[in-house]
Amino acid sequence: MKHNSENWLLKVEGLTKIYGNPTQTSIDKTGPLFDSNICPDSGSIVACAQIDFELYPGEVLGIVGESGSGKSTIVKMLYFDMEASGGQVSFNRDPYIGKNILNLSNQSKRAIRNHLMGMVYQNPRDGLNFRFTSGGNIAEKLIMAGNFNVGTIRDKSKQLLEKTEVPVPRLDDLPAHFSGGMQQRVQISKAIANHPPLLFLDEVTTGLDVSVQAKVLDLIRELQQELGVAMVVVSHDLSVIRMLTDRTLVMKNGRIVEKGLTDQILQDPQHPYTQLLVSSIL
Amino acid sequence: MQPILEIVNLNKSFTMHILQGKIIEALVDVNFSVAEGEIIGLTGKSGSGKSSLMKCIYRTYLSDGGKILFQSNEGTIDLVAAGDNEILHLRKTEINYCSQFLSVIPRVAALQVVAQPLLKKGVTAELANEKAMETLKALGLQETLWSGFPVTFSGGEQQRINVARAIIDPPKLLLIDEPTASLDPKTKEVVIEMLLALKKLGSTIVCISHDEFTLNHLVNRRIHLEKGIIIN
Amino acid sequence: MIEEKKFVTQYRFAFIDEATKREIRRKLLKAIAIPGYQVPYSSPEMPIARGWGTGGLHVTLAIIGPKDIFKIIDQGSDASVNACNLRNFVQTMTGVETTLDTNKATIIQTRHRITEEVLNEDQIFVYQVPQPEPLRSVERYENKTRQMHGEADYAKMWVSLYEQFVRHGDIMLGAGYPVKVNGRYIMAPSPIPRWDIPNLNNSKAIHLFGAGREKRLYAVPPYTKVEPLEFEDVKFHIEDFKGIPCFRTGYKKAFLDELYYDDGSKHYVINDSNFLDKLVNKELPQQHENSYLNKLGNEA
Repeated sequence: MKHNSENWLLKVEGLTKIYGNPTQTSIDKTGPLFDSNICPDSGSIVACAQIDFELYPGEVLGIVGESGSGKSTIVKMLYFDMEASGGQVSFNRDPYIGKNILNLSNQSKRAIRNHLMGMVYQNPRDGLNFRFTSGGNIAEKLIMAGNFNVGTIRDKSKQLLEKTEVPVPRLDDLPAHFSGGMQQRVQISKAIANHPPLLFLDEVTTGLDVSVQAKVLDLIRELQQELGVAMVVVSHDLSVIRMLTDRTLVMKNGRIVEKGLTDQILQDPQHPYTQLLVSSIL
Repeated sequence: MQPILEIVNLNKSFTMHILQGKIIEALVDVNFSVAEGEIIGLTGKSGSGKSSLMKCIYRTYLSDGGKILFQSNEGTIDLVAAGDNEILHLRKTEINYCSQFLSVIPRVAALQVVAQPLLKKGVTAELANEKAMETLKALGLQETLWSGFPVTFSGGEQQRINVARAIIDPPKLLLIDEPTASLDPKTKEVVIEMLLALKKLGSTIVCISHDEFTLNHLVNRRIHLEKGIIIN
Repeated sequence: MIEEKKFVTQYRFAFIDEATKREIRRKLLKAIAIPGYQVPYSSPEMPIARGWGTGGLHVTLAIIGPKDIFKIIDQGSDASVNACNLRNFVQTMTGVETTLDTNKATIIQTRHRITEEVLNEDQIFVYQVPQPEPLRSVERYENKTRQMHGEADYAKMWVSLYEQFVRHGDIMLGAGYPVKVNGRYIMAPSPIPRWDIPNLNNSKAIHLFGAGREKRLYAVPPYTKVEPLEFEDVKFHIEDFKGIPCFRTGYKKAFLDELYYDDGSKHYVINDSNFLDKLVNKELPQQHENSYLNKLGNEA
């Protein structure tokens, strides 16, 4: 339809990550049909292959699957934490239109990370520098975007902490002294510091206790509505997926086995694996 | 006049892979059309396919074959074949689904739940809250509950929240499942009146109900389903 | 005696063999071509241990010629043990003239200071550098810091300055304040006091840095922009001696040392020994020009 099918923000085509020395047929001999992502000939591991999807502005996309299905690998490649083995990723923002962002220089990649993307990791230690204060961690993002005024940096950091419901007086405390839920909030503050149009959330509530989990999810949902930011939410937890996402990709053995509207995936799953997954909800 | 919704040879079955590929037929060759401004009542026993039909229209279920042609503001769209993003766009703007059971995000106050459709459209918080209060008042929900969490409410209270949310922003097509179940007769009448008012504003409604009173006072036409087949 | 026959008793000019000197010179040329960039080099064995000024010595010995006039200071002093020993060594190995006069020297080797007296286009200033990597405090892996330099990814360095300001109300770097050279590389200026940082900017002399233990050379060519890192609202500033003058000369516009006498009394005296001598002899040496110094009150 005319209204938005060409307006995608991020387009992923054939994204692949393989460890080891694959043969020509490594991709053909792995996947859900073989119930394995290890190539029987070469022993190389196909972490994910042939990943195609589009993400639209303001949309929340879920990626669900069991441990080792390759879901985190996807966001790590998209955030340039990990190098892709192949594929094309387009970002529909100047000056990257028409380019495969996977092939950009490191400097351009970092510019994208600083201005157009945010990432919240499962482990706060991956997203925060524990030797810096929470304010310093947020400052890092602001500085990377060219802000060199301590007063402005501190004002903005305070606003961000307020928005993510971290007590502002803790601005100058080390995140190591924070609870797990609060560390995630600081990570979220950092991720949204430069108002990126795209946010990656990798198992952000895994490992938090239930009530803290709920509050962090509430926060993410509120921020999504307020900022209209597009999100890719990686989780093995279908209730997180149900609560946050509009559309969902289901992964198994490094492949997408099903994609669709989240309510459709949950209520009318088509693939045997998805049916098993959905029927396993407690 | 061209129907706003035209369902052609719709089939839906479920393949249960966990049960050795057992196939359950839910809808068989369903054909009917709905004119603009009509209120259709879907009737039939439990398991006859009423909800499946509604979910096929909303695309919570993927149809096996056939067409569901919807006259959107941007032309005719086949809801069976449309892309996920088109469906998401329609859900935001033209088609609303109100399930039998309130399924809302936990830990959000009743008033916020009701105001949300307006907020999503970009209406100011103030205006949205005002409208939400108005709607809840009309449905007779006590003011003390407005700031409470609907998850903790009784069945009838939840039902009213659900209806309020469905009608606060009049959709072009409203799919509503048992709007008057678990309501006392007085509130039932209020809900029926509100849905009729919605119709006057130009909405088309497809409604599932077991309740004779509701059917008699609300719907223009009934479609009766038995084992996934329309019986007239 | 058998030893006299077996061993060479004559060292070659400037101790280092010619091939290695050429290697160091090539690396120095590269360093000058890319201001502030750290060039790895061979760092050959010297008769002193690494970490005792070998980097500076490598540079000096690689560039020195018979007509050069050599001066060496340690913390501003020509007379400290390290300076004396290295001066004797260079003199013995080259036979060049040595001097205490900053103005007269063509090569000045230093540890932790820049002379107060202004440098000219005919002079080369050689620094002994203990830690050439300015990012080491924020990133411990060499491959990472090299990548950070390569991509001008300096956010972490800036955050560490931000953190110091937040914790202490000021950027607490007394010596070795990081600078940006030619608008590109962040460079460790060796542990010179903040006082000396403005004197690197747009200097007429060539500044060569040698880190023997870390095997790195880098340079600031003449007339190159060197800026200390500072925020828009938290500025770099030099040491503040609160208007206290040198007790021997009454001079206020020089970097001062604290002296404690046996009776417990404290005195401030100019750190740069040659500069102090000149003032005492009323020779009025010409100082570096910079806005920080210009703001200070003139000599009493």
